Amino acid sequence: MAEYQNIFTQVQVQGPPEWGMDDSGELMAERGGTPFFSRLVGWIGNAQIGPIKLGMLGVISIATGFLWFFIVGLNMLAQVGWSLPEFLRQLFWLALEPPSPEYGLRMPPLNDGGWYIISSFFLLVSVCAWWLRTYQLAQEHKMGKHVAWAFASAIWLFLVLGLFRPILMGSWSEAVPYGIFPHLDWTTAFSIRYGNLYYNPFHCLSIVFLYGSVLLFAMHGATILAVSRFGGDRELEQIVDRGTASERAALFWRWTMGFNATMEGIHRWAWWFAVLTPITGGIGILLTGTVVDNWFIWAQEHNFAPMYDGSYGYDAYGSYEAFIGQED
Amino acid sequence: MFPKWFDKWNRDNPTDIYKPAILVGVAGGAVFAAAMVVAWGQPFKTDSLQTGPRGTGMSVPEFEADLAVPDPGIAGFLATTSAPVVPQGGEQTAGAARDNVPPGLEGLTVENYDRLLAAMRDWTGIPGLFDDPASYQTSVGHVMIGMTQNLNENWAGHVNANKQVGVTCYTCHRGQPVPADIWYDLGDVAERMAGWSANQNMVTAQSQYTSLPSDALKTYLLDGEMIGVHDLDSRVAGVPGKDGYPGIQNAERTYSLMNYVSNSLGVNCLFCHNSRAFYDGAQVTPQWGTESLGIQMVLELNNDYLVPVGGLLPEDRLGPVKGDAPKVACKTCHKGYQQPLQGTNVIKDWPELVTTSGEPDYGN
Repeated sequence: MAEYQNIFTQVQVQGPPEWGMDDSGELMAERGGTPFFSRLVGWIGNAQIGPIKLGMLGVISIATGFLWFFIVGLNMLAQVGWSLPEFLRQLFWLALEPPSPEYGLRMPPLNDGGWYIISSFFLLVSVCAWWLRTYQLAQEHKMGKHVAWAFASAIWLFLVLGLFRPILMGSWSEAVPYGIFPHLDWTTAFSIRYGNLYYNPFHCLSIVFLYGSVLLFAMHGATILAVSRFGGDRELEQIVDRGTASERAALFWRWTMGFNATMEGIHRWAWWFAVLTPITGGIGILLTGTVVDNWFIWAQEHNFAPMYDGSYGYDAYGSYEAFIGQED
Repeated sequence: MFPKWFDKWNRDNPTDIYKPAILVGVAGGAVFAAAMVVAWGQPFKTDSLQTGPRGTGMSVPEFEADLAVPDPGIAGFLATTSAPVVPQGGEQTAGAARDNVPPGLEGLTVENYDRLLAAMRDWTGIPGLFDDPASYQTSVGHVMIGMTQNLNENWAGHVNANKQVGVTCYTCHRGQPVPADIWYDLGDVAERMAGWSANQNMVTAQSQYTSLPSDALKTYLLDGEMIGVHDLDSRVAGVPGKDGYPGIQNAERTYSLMNYVSNSLGVNCLFCHNSRAFYDGAQVTPQWGTESLGIQMVLELNNDYLVPVGGLLPEDRLGPVKGDAPKVACKTCHKGYQQPLQGTNVIKDWPELVTTSGEPDYGN
């Protein structure tokens, strides 16, 4: 009973490190690091750490990623006069901001967004190299490219925010600042500036897929854990050779809501929901400021912003004096 | 300690007592907490003031415990106010009987002048106010009296928007020579970064400790720039940030100002706006109109009174960064309340401060 009430993996397998296959005879050459086991990591995943096959693309990705990271960090440090205590104190407030609007798509001076452009270039290289690496590794393992395409959907949103939309708008100033609080402020300001992003239908779709992903993930995880005593965690076998675990899980959902996914189908549901979240979100961002400048007015024009009956202002509903208990 | 048969029985019948103990403890604790909430009441009760149509979620919430405590400033004011002495005609005037009478008050009767002077000294916490004609406090005080009279005479649209409340020195000063919640120009808070980076992403009180721009008060309440950032059509031509189209950082600066206003009045966005369409004049509350007048009022106070007063002040009363004059904004009067001193009528005893004409209306 108690093993089902646990968030940690209940079975840890430790033995000689697993080196994996080497079909092509080249994979071994690029593997690095001596494998070891971690009990702590075993609680949440496979206890074996390493070896890792970074490869040329991985090295490029990490090197350019660090360049982006340090350019951002050093710019933040410069803003607090190279004071480490101030840097730590204000870390969540600091940011590397994009160029001012007057530069358009030109290269601005380094201290007015130039560093932002340079660091963004490195980030672009880093992310794209990491994407190519996921594709390449899948190819070497003769796998499908599902992971790469799912990652590409996230990169689509990233490119919309930092590359496609600024180019369409004709100004790098439209890009998102690199900073903890500043990028959140940007998000809020973006919604406010363009008349409330909640009235953007693609934003709505993105939220549907995001929350739907969460729901599907919880349903699927719970279902598999619930039938693992019947071998339900051997999902791949159950896809082609349906056993009592699949049948119980299917019956449970069909009796609950009249419909059930299959052992294969649930993974397609999950993949599409996850992938459609950034795809639809990216479309929504791309349309904002380029096609629509005020989403609330756009919603009014398309008849889905309802009007509410009633007065504005508290005078219609009560008095300030009554609220603060100082009625004479 | 226990009889042998008891220890033996325990050894022979091992039982996990921890699981039931934890279960009983958790369940019992929950029942106890629930019973306490029912019997003694929820300790953090809130009340809310509805500000818009049902279905919009527009309301301003407050803790009942906070609502139960009146603004301590109210008692402070009531201790310093006094009823006017209605002139019957033929009294001596202050200008004839007293020295160093501030301009505009010479025509008051001596009784009312003495009363007003004593109150002004209490309100500003300056015991010898107006005794020394050479003191900078005297010349600043002359400007401030005119400013107060102007507020009561010409800005009733904001000051008396709900009912007659008026303004005295106490509304800002609260017994202190320098009022709390004034502000100075902070300059470029991130001066090493040019352009857009320069005035944000630093922890300052003026950005309300957000990473929003720190120059919102200066931009909107001194320089009087446009606050609204929205396009009023679903599609407009033009690049935001250029050609008069507000960019993202204009929106962030406006947001910084709105955070300031909200904290100064102890309210949320929904006190004035329907948050689904901040820009829409058809979906704002009457308080939005009052606030807009307040912004115009603060612009006048800063530009016509307080910036010029900067020339009279000694250096240590000027801004630490730019050496500029101390300036007012919402919180200087409101101090976190929707209405300063929670709507206490401070002007009914002080007709001397309602008019710049020098002839107060005592109702006789």
